[in-house]
Amino acid sequence: MKVIKEKHSLLMRWTHWVNFPVLTIMIWSGLFIYWANDAYGISIFGFTLIKFFPEWFYDYFHIPQRLAEGMAFHFLFMWFFFINGLLYIIYTVFSGAWRELLPNKNSFKEAWLVLLHDLHIRKTVPPQKKYNAAQRIAYTAIIFMGLGSVITGLAIYKPVQFYWICWLCGGYHFARILHFALTIGYVFFFLIHIVQVALAGWNNFRAVIAGFEVVEDQAQPRVQELTIETEDKDENKS
Amino acid sequence: MKTNHKKTVKIPLTVDQKIRRRTFISFGTFLALGSGAYVGWKWLLNAPEETAGITGGARVPLRRALNKTELFFRNFFSNKHLVKTYPVDRAAKNPRINSLIGIEDDEDFDIAAWKLQVKLNNQKNRYITIEEIKALPKTEIVYDFKCVEGWDEIQHWAGVKLSDFLTHFQLGNEAEKQYMGLETPNGAYYVGLERESILHPQTLLAYEMNGKAISTEHGAPLRLIIPVKYGIKNLKRIGMMSFSNSRPKDYWAEQGYDYYSGL
Repeated sequence: MKVIKEKHSLLMRWTHWVNFPVLTIMIWSGLFIYWANDAYGISIFGFTLIKFFPEWFYDYFHIPQRLAEGMAFHFLFMWFFFINGLLYIIYTVFSGAWRELLPNKNSFKEAWLVLLHDLHIRKTVPPQKKYNAAQRIAYTAIIFMGLGSVITGLAIYKPVQFYWICWLCGGYHFARILHFALTIGYVFFFLIHIVQVALAGWNNFRAVIAGFEVVEDQAQPRVQELTIETEDKDENKS
Repeated sequence: MKTNHKKTVKIPLTVDQKIRRRTFISFGTFLALGSGAYVGWKWLLNAPEETAGITGGARVPLRRALNKTELFFRNFFSNKHLVKTYPVDRAAKNPRINSLIGIEDDEDFDIAAWKLQVKLNNQKNRYITIEEIKALPKTEIVYDFKCVEGWDEIQHWAGVKLSDFLTHFQLGNEAEKQYMGLETPNGAYYVGLERESILHPQTLLAYEMNGKAISTEHGAPLRLIIPVKYGIKNLKRIGMMSFSNSRPKDYWAEQGYDYYSGL
């Protein structure tokens, strides 16, 4: 028997989806800023492994002279990024939803099992409530990354007025590197996230838009009783 | 309605209907909001550019946001927030040259005949020579110069504190005005600065770099060093100084950059 199981609250869904375009715009406009002085790359023993970014990328966005535009967008949408993130954190703290989100002491061990399962090396599904151990770690990490972006962003934006933030971030120069590295982190998170969503299927995707998932009730007496009770209540209401 | 028999018949139907109904409403709302966001984004992306004036080049809503953001962050400005300074040996031996606007396009410039022109309202302009400026107490600073492009470099500058300069030449009343405008002698490059930043204790009229006279490319004979601003506000080769209560024209603000550009 199918049962509707509430999964994501309205506010969690709302902030999740607002974050998607806002973060995209932040990365897009941030690239215009970065390109004004594209100093970073990864090199080992003097051999350049990666230079951010490849030439075709530059050609595609026809980048020269778009610094002012990038800054204008970045300094508008940073407000939305900040407010949206703040809303989510406040909600999570006060609703108690953080209990389902923060990794606990078993999470780091279990996350390994999740990885093995996802890679089809291990058959049994690791234990999970709303989020499995890997999700707990990833989603908590992304919140802290968001916080990190706001803090390092402030450090670069107002290194004189917020000199103590700048100091915390290891100085102006290092704060910019951190800010950039976090952005690369979002891109990786996004790619993995999309793959996982595709693998998890429709029920999981619907939950992030409609809020509920449909579970197949195993006809255990106790659970059945509960569902009947809830149906009863609903019917009385309508 | 209370018997178990009726329920077991009705529940599967109700649940399926509920699922369909909630899914439809949620996805409908999602698509509507999503389309709304897309339309809003298109509107912002294609919003009219500001007409040329003190500022220009940026989209109108974006400029409004920049101005509001400026007002918010100006609340945090304090003359007690000093820029971090470094030992002299950390300073770059050959400081980076980034822009020559107002310098390379001025072939008539004669450094020997140079005088700083100070525009005074209701009075004759004042002209101040470099000797008069050098006679004032010298202040040195080694700090991290920050370019709006994202690079930074530790540089060593020396000159007179702008606040000392204003006091000495009895320009205090003028400096009560909200803004100062600075221009190169040929008028090709110009910036507008607000009073708080002008009076910041680390803001200098610099005539020395690494202990020697400033080179031509770095703005000889006199340039602005204003560590609470991005490099774009640090005008090289100052020719003219003026005061006003409305924003003076600013080269990069006309190109769409934030007028304030403070750090």
